[in-house]
Amino acid sequence: MAYFRSHILVCNDPECVEKGSMQILEILNKELSLQGLGDEVEVLDTPRIGICSKGPEILVYPEGLHYIGLSIDDIPHLVEEQFLKGRSVKKFLAPSKEEGAQELSEPTLKEVRVVLRNCGKIDPENIEDYIAEDGYAALAKVLTEDSSEDVIQKIKDSGLRGRGGAGFPTGMKWAFTHDSLGNEKYVICNADEGDPGAFMNRAVLEGDPHSVIEGMIIAAYAIGASQGYIYCRAEYPIVVHTLNIAIQQARTYELLGENIFGTDFSFDLEVRQGAGAFVCGEETALIASIEGKRGEPRPRPPFPAVSGLFGKPTNINNVESYANVPQIILRGPEWFAGMGTLKSKGTKTFALAGDVKKTGLIEVPFGITLREIVFEIGGGIKDNREFKAIQTGGPMGGCLPAEYLDLLVDYEKLTEAGSIMGSGGMVVMDDETCMVDIARFFMEFIQDESCGKCVPCRVGTKRMLEILTRICEGNGREGDIELLENLSSEIIEDSLCGLGKGAPNPVVSTLRHFRHEYEAHIYDKECPAKVCRALISYEIYPEKCIGCTLCARNCPVDAIAGELKNTHVIDLDICIRCGICKQVCNYDAVLVT
Amino acid sequence: MTVKTKICRDFIETANQAVDMYHSKKKELIPILMKVNQEIGFIPKEAMEQISSRMHIPKSQLYSVASFYHMIFTNQTGRHVIKFCESAPCHVAGGREVFDALRNVLELEPGETSSDGKWTLTTTSCLGVCGVGPVMMIDEDIYGNITPIQISDILAKYE
Repeated sequence: MAYFRSHILVCNDPECVEKGSMQILEILNKELSLQGLGDEVEVLDTPRIGICSKGPEILVYPEGLHYIGLSIDDIPHLVEEQFLKGRSVKKFLAPSKEEGAQELSEPTLKEVRVVLRNCGKIDPENIEDYIAEDGYAALAKVLTEDSSEDVIQKIKDSGLRGRGGAGFPTGMKWAFTHDSLGNEKYVICNADEGDPGAFMNRAVLEGDPHSVIEGMIIAAYAIGASQGYIYCRAEYPIVVHTLNIAIQQARTYELLGENIFGTDFSFDLEVRQGAGAFVCGEETALIASIEGKRGEPRPRPPFPAVSGLFGKPTNINNVESYANVPQIILRGPEWFAGMGTLKSKGTKTFALAGDVKKTGLIEVPFGITLREIVFEIGGGIKDNREFKAIQTGGPMGGCLPAEYLDLLVDYEKLTEAGSIMGSGGMVVMDDETCMVDIARFFMEFIQDESCGKCVPCRVGTKRMLEILTRICEGNGREGDIELLENLSSEIIEDSLCGLGKGAPNPVVSTLRHFRHEYEAHIYDKECPAKVCRALISYEIYPEKCIGCTLCARNCPVDAIAGELKNTHVIDLDICIRCGICKQVCNYDAVLVT
Repeated sequence: MTVKTKICRDFIETANQAVDMYHSKKKELIPILMKVNQEIGFIPKEAMEQISSRMHIPKSQLYSVASFYHMIFTNQTGRHVIKFCESAPCHVAGGREVFDALRNVLELEPGETSSDGKWTLTTTSCLGVCGVGPVMMIDEDIYGNITPIQISDILAKYE
């Protein structure tokens, strides 16, 4: 195979071609030949390099330089500078993307990308890209060298724990399903990533779907299943589309279907869409949904490993759990177990959202601190505000204040602190956040998503929501805090499923760490963060108001009076506290008290 | 035939096509309901009756399943359905002010359809684009980084 020291990729999308990219390709070849570089630099054409509006676009590797807006007259200069002298030509370099604007940026120093390693780097609609990155090599190894027991042992040795939130040891779950009697077994992937703020699974499924498919096939071999389902939420239509393409391609390459890799093992996969129900992320509710029923959880035992889909032994794992499997097989369980803490091995993806400068996806080994995540990787709080709390684990997680910033992130430590790992959502909150409002907000979400089957969750969360709403509206009473604590412990103990058991967590953790805010709302009728509508007022500061009328013109309820060039006044009886006046004012004249 | 009868026959036809597409299998009930929902915008009574008759499932059970899922509508929706993300990261990023502005401009509460049949306002759970919150979806279009003053302009794009 010829070895080239550099590659030039020229965009062949219609827009770039119209702008002359193919002529550029020709001139590049000519010029490189002239300079005697024809054997060292290869020129290729490829689609989708950039946004094409700034075309023609070219990429130079191995540097990864992105050049735009070139004309054929620029090429000799470019070849001389870039390939003879090794200097990039700044005037044609594409501007680097704005900090923080991407969902998945280049990894920062503290990150280790295992599950996210291919996202954004390969074409998810081309199985050959995945194969080029050692894709399906793990499956080949497993099917030709390992027994199902060997595979299960490797997963056990790696220490992989379910990444969906519960953190149950994956190897053990596979062993239970393997040991269950019966010839009809199922493998299910839980892609119902309903936790608000979590979009890690979406990124993996959209960017590297085959890693999950390969993981599922290996799991199926380990437990003895011949049919699998990926249950994907309906709010992710692009994922469904990408998965269907990936599955079709895997079938064409005979990586799914009968006699995979010429062995006795056969397995096929199907995508099933949800229909908008958060509770269907709970494994028994998910199973009910695939069976065509209301997504209501049922008591366990029996666990799905024994009696799951259609009453048969079923292994359900999260997207990220499966995505880790091929790498564990290829690089060995010791490699995986070498990362993380004593009981939490490997890496975890997190979705940083909220009031942090750089939101987006990250993947870090367990044992990193919250401080490193928020301030080093996340860049600190937006608009130079103060850090107040971080909520981990989704709507059933807890809020942790600044004292916990040096907490090492792993399953046990987060639970001890009063939160949970959950699927990996992390919402950062600044000092303009009211913790009582946040607790009420999560309770509202849970109440809406409660399936209604069991009384503690259905009725208990409703009562808790009523109390929290009253408190935020300025009608908090003596005894409310104690009532909330009481209800919380009952709901946690008596609910049927994880949703109910976790529902009081935001309240319990905010009461533990921010009790003074509840007391301020109830006893002083004040909202320290100036958020709760009924407890705040908007006022115009006469010294700063110049009477530009901008606020009055934008007020949706015409609550602001004032003549041009005179101080304006807000009528608090009409004002709905929407905050638009403060947003539009260019003179900082609107105060919230 | 009257317009009403024709519309009913279309509903029944859509239901039939959905049931046939999934070979009348009971476990495919949710995809069948979602298909009808996608074609018509909601599941009309006539379609529900047809599914019940074809698949031998009592109507009460069909409604029990359909009403459980947020993305299946059993009532007529407006020409444009607004789904506003009511999840924590969007809320923390200023979602509440945006939602209040939206409710004021439309004069609708979540779940309501405007009297001229143009808008239905609903809330949705996380769309998974939390990096650009607050987020809302109008039909198939997603809008991110919304501020209250942008609301009127965004809505004005739709007929």
